[in-house]
Amino acid sequence: MGGYIVKRLLSAIPVLLGITVIVFLIMALIPGDPATAILGSYATPENVEKINRDLGLDKPLVARYFIWLGNMLTGDFGRSFSLNRPVIDEVLERFGATLVLAGTAFIICTIFGIIAGVISAARQYGLADKAITFAVLIGISIPSFFLGMMMILAFAVERRWFPVSGMYAIYGGGDLADLAWHLVMPAIALAVVATGVIARLSRSAMLEVLRQDYIRTARAKGVHERRVIWTHALKAAMVSIIPVLGIQAGFVLSGAVYIEIVFQWPGVGRMLVNAILQRDILLVQGGVVFVAACYVLFNIAVDVAQSLLDPRIKT
Amino acid sequence: MTQFIKLLARNQLALAGGIILSIVVLVSILVPILPLQPPDVTNTADRFMAPFSEGHWLGTDHLGRDLLSRLLWGTRLSLAVGAAAAIVAAVIGSAIGIVAGYFGGTTDNVIMRGVDMLMAFPYILLALAIVAALGPGLMNALIAVAAVNIPFFARNIRGITVGIAHKEFVDAAKLAGKGHLTILTTEILPNVVPVIVIAMSTTIGWMILETAGLSFLGLGSQPPQADLGSMLGEARSALITNPHTSVVPGLMIFIIVMSINLLGDGVRDALDPRLRSGALSRPKPTTTVARQSSPPHGPGEGVLDIRELETQFHVGKRVFKAVNQVSLNIEPGECLGVIGESGSGKSVTALSVMGLVASPPGVITGGAVFHGGQDLVGARYSTLRRLRGDKVAYIFQDPLSTLHPLIRVGEQLAEAIRVHHPVGKAELRQRAIDLLNDVRIPNAESRVDSYPHEMSGGMRQRVAIAMALANEPEVIIADEPTTALDVTVQAQVLSLLDDLRREHNVAIMFITHDFGVVAQLCDRVAVMYGGQIVEQGTTDDILANPAHPYTRKLMECVPELGAGRRELAAIPGLPPAVDDLPPGCAFAPRCHKAQAECTKAPIEMTRGGGRAVRCLYPETKLVEEEPA
Ligand code: SF4
Repeated sequence: MGGYIVKRLLSAIPVLLGITVIVFLIMALIPGDPATAILGSYATPENVEKINRDLGLDKPLVARYFIWLGNMLTGDFGRSFSLNRPVIDEVLERFGATLVLAGTAFIICTIFGIIAGVISAARQYGLADKAITFAVLIGISIPSFFLGMMMILAFAVERRWFPVSGMYAIYGGGDLADLAWHLVMPAIALAVVATGVIARLSRSAMLEVLRQDYIRTARAKGVHERRVIWTHALKAAMVSIIPVLGIQAGFVLSGAVYIEIVFQWPGVGRMLVNAILQRDILLVQGGVVFVAACYVLFNIAVDVAQSLLDPRIKT
Repeated sequence: MTQFIKLLARNQLALAGGIILSIVVLVSILVPILPLQPPDVTNTADRFMAPFSEGHWLGTDHLGRDLLSRLLWGTRLSLAVGAAAAIVAAVIGSAIGIVAGYFGGTTDNVIMRGVDMLMAFPYILLALAIVAALGPGLMNALIAVAAVNIPFFARNIRGITVGIAHKEFVDAAKLAGKGHLTILTTEILPNVVPVIVIAMSTTIGWMILETAGLSFLGLGSQPPQADLGSMLGEARSALITNPHTSVVPGLMIFIIVMSINLLGDGVRDALDPRLRSGALSRPKPTTTVARQSSPPHGPGEGVLDIRELETQFHVGKRVFKAVNQVSLNIEPGECLGVIGESGSGKSVTALSVMGLVASPPGVITGGAVFHGGQDLVGARYSTLRRLRGDKVAYIFQDPLSTLHPLIRVGEQLAEAIRVHHPVGKAELRQRAIDLLNDVRIPNAESRVDSYPHEMSGGMRQRVAIAMALANEPEVIIADEPTTALDVTVQAQVLSLLDDLRREHNVAIMFITHDFGVVAQLCDRVAVMYGGQIVEQGTTDDILANPAHPYTRKLMECVPELGAGRRELAAIPGLPPAVDDLPPGCAFAPRCHKAQAECTKAPIEMTRGGGRAVRCLYPETKLVEEEPA
């Protein structure tokens, strides 16, 4: 197992490099004078000169890439001009908030998506199945940012159950209960679409598995139907559910952008949008590379989970 | 194509989605000629008028602009941008995919590596990076959304192209000296276009949503021009005071995306043949029972008494009578063979006993199965479950598919015991090892922790046998347990079963198509054809003097004991389709003795000398039964 993890980590290196190349190329495509474009409204002569020196913008493209990459590997993502602090500090701080939000949403969509899908399959064509299928259709069609706004209207304004926005109460907040209270609505709004997608997939994966011979064997053994569904069938269905969880994690992570805007959550997504509007290119660059790299690592964890579940995968 | 549209139209939800979408599209096309107020003219005196106000059906926004007009113009813009993004992504992505798939080799490798890299990004993040580089704006948002969807098309279309690139007509074109470009455009492209269109229809909803999302963030369309996303984004600051300005554009996005999803699901269902045949329905825990007449009375004889059993498959309007009035009984410790070709109803008979026939489509429509004085047909689930594996156990055909692939065999064995008897963990493990020893598996101590895929076919079937023996059942129903095995392994497993039967004094109902196996193992045998029993008697009697012409043919098919793995290719003709049985003898079309009389009326069993046969002109006359 240890060997397998190392192997997967090594295979991630080219992907990570690829990500940096892509981000670098996108940024290199910026029309006009790169230094001015990167600095945007912060393009004072000193800044322009500084960034030309930092990034070696007078050098050829390839050299610039390696300088940039080398800097990043030493933890130097450059300096945000709009915030006047190192990019990496800002990203790390914001990423924590995003992780709380996206992580909670991911847990919600995994648990409820799978449960809904399993129930739906076990009661195929029954009332529960129809209700879930309908709810899923609504769920995957509603834009998360609109849903978030409607939730604010319904549960923060009409009924004051939850706070309108933010991560902590401004006065007297700051503990875990306060965080949880602020987290409920944004996490749900972020999770809804992914829950629907996972429920849908789990349903069809379960239907596929429930027709297999080993399910008949389990029933022939006298295993209780509850256990047949939730242990035998679900275990086998997880083999096709887990990769989708990996993909959905990506959607949740990047979909957090919208939710962070709607609920004014101090996460990396809101930081990125502000940075784009301020034309703070270095902050965008650093944020994107960092989040994408984290996602690649997360997907390795998904692969490892898959190999733990399925002994047929050669580790 | 017409069939496809018919299927689509039958799906009411898809139809509803299609109609809604058509209306939305039609209205947005007609927007310029509709009598609407200008969408961008501000009138701060009339800000935030409520819906249904005079002159403003949907009210006005924060600058006093008519919401209805803005909504329709915004819808038009959102649809156009989404569609444009879809087309751009489809064209570029498909071109990349076709080139990669057609040329293969290094070209393919390099391109697909790049595509993989792009797919490693969280989707929206990549779009944000592109917008960051190009700057906010609707056109840039369109480019960004199209760009992040290119990999999706490239990958799908590449897969299709690889399949086509090696077809004969492509080779023929190459031999004819046509250039790559000609081949790509005349041979490959026409074949992938339908796939491209389908892929587009499934992603266009996403693209509309994503461009709306970027606009919502303020990175797409810039004021005063507005698509649905930026309308929603602008309305957000007035969400609490004037929610209608948010609800109007938000609902419109929802309606568009939902109608596209509905239509897309309908298209997918109509295209997926598995859904059409209903094969994707899952079997219930027990077979559905719908007996049309009152069942025979008990208590029944022997350990298992099957009486006048009828099991059918209901597929759409068609009814397949898989098992038709079958009666069998098994005495304690006896081995009864049930033999017939595939489709004769022998397996369905076996599975009906414990309600294991897949349902839907299976339905038990008549008869009874008595065990220990109670009728198992129509017994409650809890009753059946308690008996399954404890009193009546099964062994199935292919041990690779019948053992759970992700659970260690020891655990599967232990579970068989645990569901019926409360036994501690350590003892369960020991019992599992003992069971493996019982079925002569070497190194049982280490094998107990193996997964099924780590064992050979014969080994796996021994595990399945051990599992059936786990609770010392009264009857084991073995459904072609050796058919999937090699001939030598087959013989070993058979002799193991024979030994175990004597050691444990368990009755066996042995389903097979092989008379060699019957001869080796069974005390009595029942021959099935077309869902009915056509002959029954002791193995010795039948082997010596088959009475039914079909039995005789079956026997002739097996030159040596246990060596007959062929599916009776030697009998001319095919077994009957059980949804279209002829009146009278089902075997008549293949019978060399058939007379006109044979197909007139159902043929009754003739009994005599402990035997029975369903034939008007049997090969041997049965001994007359003495009048009781
Ligand atoms: S009843 Fe007639 S057709 Fe049928 S097996 Fe006997 S002889 Fe042949």
